[in-house]
Amino acid sequence: MNKEGKIQVWQDYQKEIADDRYFYVRSCIRQNFFPGAEQTFLKILRSELGKDIYENPHHTTCSGIGYHSDIVPFDTIQTIVARQFALMTEAGYQNLAVSCITSFGIYNEIIETWKEHPAELEKVRNYLKSATGRKFEIPQNVAHAGDIIYKFRENIAARKKFSLINQQTGKPLKFVEHIGCHYSKMFPSKGVGGAEFPYVLVGMIESWGGEVIDYPERRHCCGFGFRQYLVMSNRGYSVSNSRKKFESMEPYKPDAIVSNCPGCPMFMDRWQYVIEEMEGKTYGENGQGIPVLTYEELAGLVLGYNPWDMGMQMHQTNVEPLLNKMGIPYNPDLKYATKEGRQIGKPTMVSCGC
Amino acid sequence: MKHIVIIGGGIAGIETASALTDAGHWVTVIEKEAQVGGKLNNWSCLFPTFTPAEKIIGELQGKCRNKDFSILNKTEVRTIHRQKGKFSIATSNHQKLEADAIVVATGYELFDARRKEEYGYKIYDHVITSADLEELLKPGNDITVAEGKHPKRIAFVHCVGSRDEKSGNHYCSKVCCITGVKQAIELKKRLPEAEIFCFYMDLRMYGKHFEELYREAQEKYDIQFIRGRLSEASEKIDKSLLIKSEDTLSGRPLKMNVDLLVLLAGMEAGKGTAATAVICGIGCEESGFLKTTDSFLKSNFSEQEGIFLAGSCTAPMSVNDTILHARSAAMEVNLWLKNH
Repeated sequence: MNKEGKIQVWQDYQKEIADDRYFYVRSCIRQNFFPGAEQTFLKILRSELGKDIYENPHHTTCSGIGYHSDIVPFDTIQTIVARQFALMTEAGYQNLAVSCITSFGIYNEIIETWKEHPAELEKVRNYLKSATGRKFEIPQNVAHAGDIIYKFRENIAARKKFSLINQQTGKPLKFVEHIGCHYSKMFPSKGVGGAEFPYVLVGMIESWGGEVIDYPERRHCCGFGFRQYLVMSNRGYSVSNSRKKFESMEPYKPDAIVSNCPGCPMFMDRWQYVIEEMEGKTYGENGQGIPVLTYEELAGLVLGYNPWDMGMQMHQTNVEPLLNKMGIPYNPDLKYATKEGRQIGKPTMVSCGC
Repeated sequence: MKHIVIIGGGIAGIETASALTDAGHWVTVIEKEAQVGGKLNNWSCLFPTFTPAEKIIGELQGKCRNKDFSILNKTEVRTIHRQKGKFSIATSNHQKLEADAIVVATGYELFDARRKEEYGYKIYDHVITSADLEELLKPGNDITVAEGKHPKRIAFVHCVGSRDEKSGNHYCSKVCCITGVKQAIELKKRLPEAEIFCFYMDLRMYGKHFEELYREAQEKYDIQFIRGRLSEASEKIDKSLLIKSEDTLSGRPLKMNVDLLVLLAGMEAGKGTAATAVICGIGCEESGFLKTTDSFLKSNFSEQEGIFLAGSCTAPMSVNDTILHARSAAMEVNLWLKNH
């Protein structure tokens, strides 16, 4: 493996990421999957980096999952996106910060459609005007929230409380980075590092002390793939895709997996539990699973945030092995406690690696 | 005596120079490198006869020694101006030349296989190009992979940077198919135990003895040809490569481990030819290769009268075709000079 070759590719795919004043659009599924991730992102931007980031409570799903499932027509999703842009315009913002990878792909796809086919843009302006009376401007900058963390990775490193270093061995922790398909596979130029060797997560991991492993099935689907999961009879494909990745990464002994997508960490987290139940197989050390994190959670850990405040007890593959390696103190008794200390009860389903 | 300046001292340039000298003209070749022969210096042996490239290089060098034309090595053309029917040429070494005609023979460049990022060239240790393999195939070189072992399974990928919308090259590079067959046979001769697979879209065996060599590769050397393009290559922990493709004849996805992956890199017009086109005020095709005024009857004529074209600066060409195109360029120049 020649890192110089990768650096050459990374240099070919650098994108402009706005510096401040973001209009934030949330994911419709992440708040269930990893409920603290988006809040952690907002906290980092506002409290650590002093950025102006605004979200309008009236914004909605982008309807991307419905669109990719052939339920939501293209005209409809264009108009929904136009409404999001109208809320941004009305609030006086021009830089869109997108939480979700699917949405990021949707916003880019629609903006590119409007560039190529201006008649579509005029049609959608009329739809939105007649339905809501709103007008909109196209964002000057569209960045995935992960791009923004990437942009400020060194600022985060300068404030870090914990490094991605194994405290027992002193060696860098080894990470699998997994990029959501709609981040750069649709438009390689819109992703940091392009589609084949994306750099956005690599940059974060390396800045915070860790190292990245490149394993043969790195590019393979996480297992979400809308039709694999949304169609119930196809869910066997979903778990077998994730399994293929776990089998491929296992020899490299990763300490954790980090992803920039809503679906990917969800499936790589939950399916480890399912595979353990089905086959008795775990992929981490000592019969444990491989912890799966969002990049916001990883940044939060580096900044010293309490893992339970970030909702990491919601992970089905326990994160404690990573916390232990990083030397992060935590109180196991408070894992399933409210902020006031009231125990809410341990889940009846046992987590992977327990 | 008429003076002809030839830009490029590869096969086409030297062959044109030789033929024009034979016709009684004064010829100067401008070559940017220290030696003549161009890309041919990098090849081991030539399809379909396995003729050592050194033999052809030797012939070209012999012509340079024995015939009365001059070569300006390590020199590039900076400007060309036309004055009273003659060309005034300034070089990078501050020489001023005056010519009655110019022949552009700037050749081609190999497609930079790094642009097909999914194959990991220059990232994964054992992904090489056909040009790299030619170097390895030269006498005295051992072909080894991880831990100094000989590769047991080798795959070739055809059409890397050719007939490929993603890399912006819609044209066929013409010589890669037969190069793949030739190299696969050479590898099999050197490594009889190795399994060899060629992943192709079509096999375009257009030349004399090409089809026969393709057949021989299958029947005598047991080389497997699989119709399908690679979607990606990844490096495994032991430095071998996992490749993914589809066998489009059986209609099945295919995953395979190989020890060595050879990318058959296509031809591009290259920056040198593009720069020369600007200096000469001549046009390029959409492919980047130089535009000829008629592909049937005037394949050596540029858009500028008195500026002629020879060899693979006009289109991908084999060594054989390049020599023939160069000779035809010399005939056209000679005829044109007689009439002017």
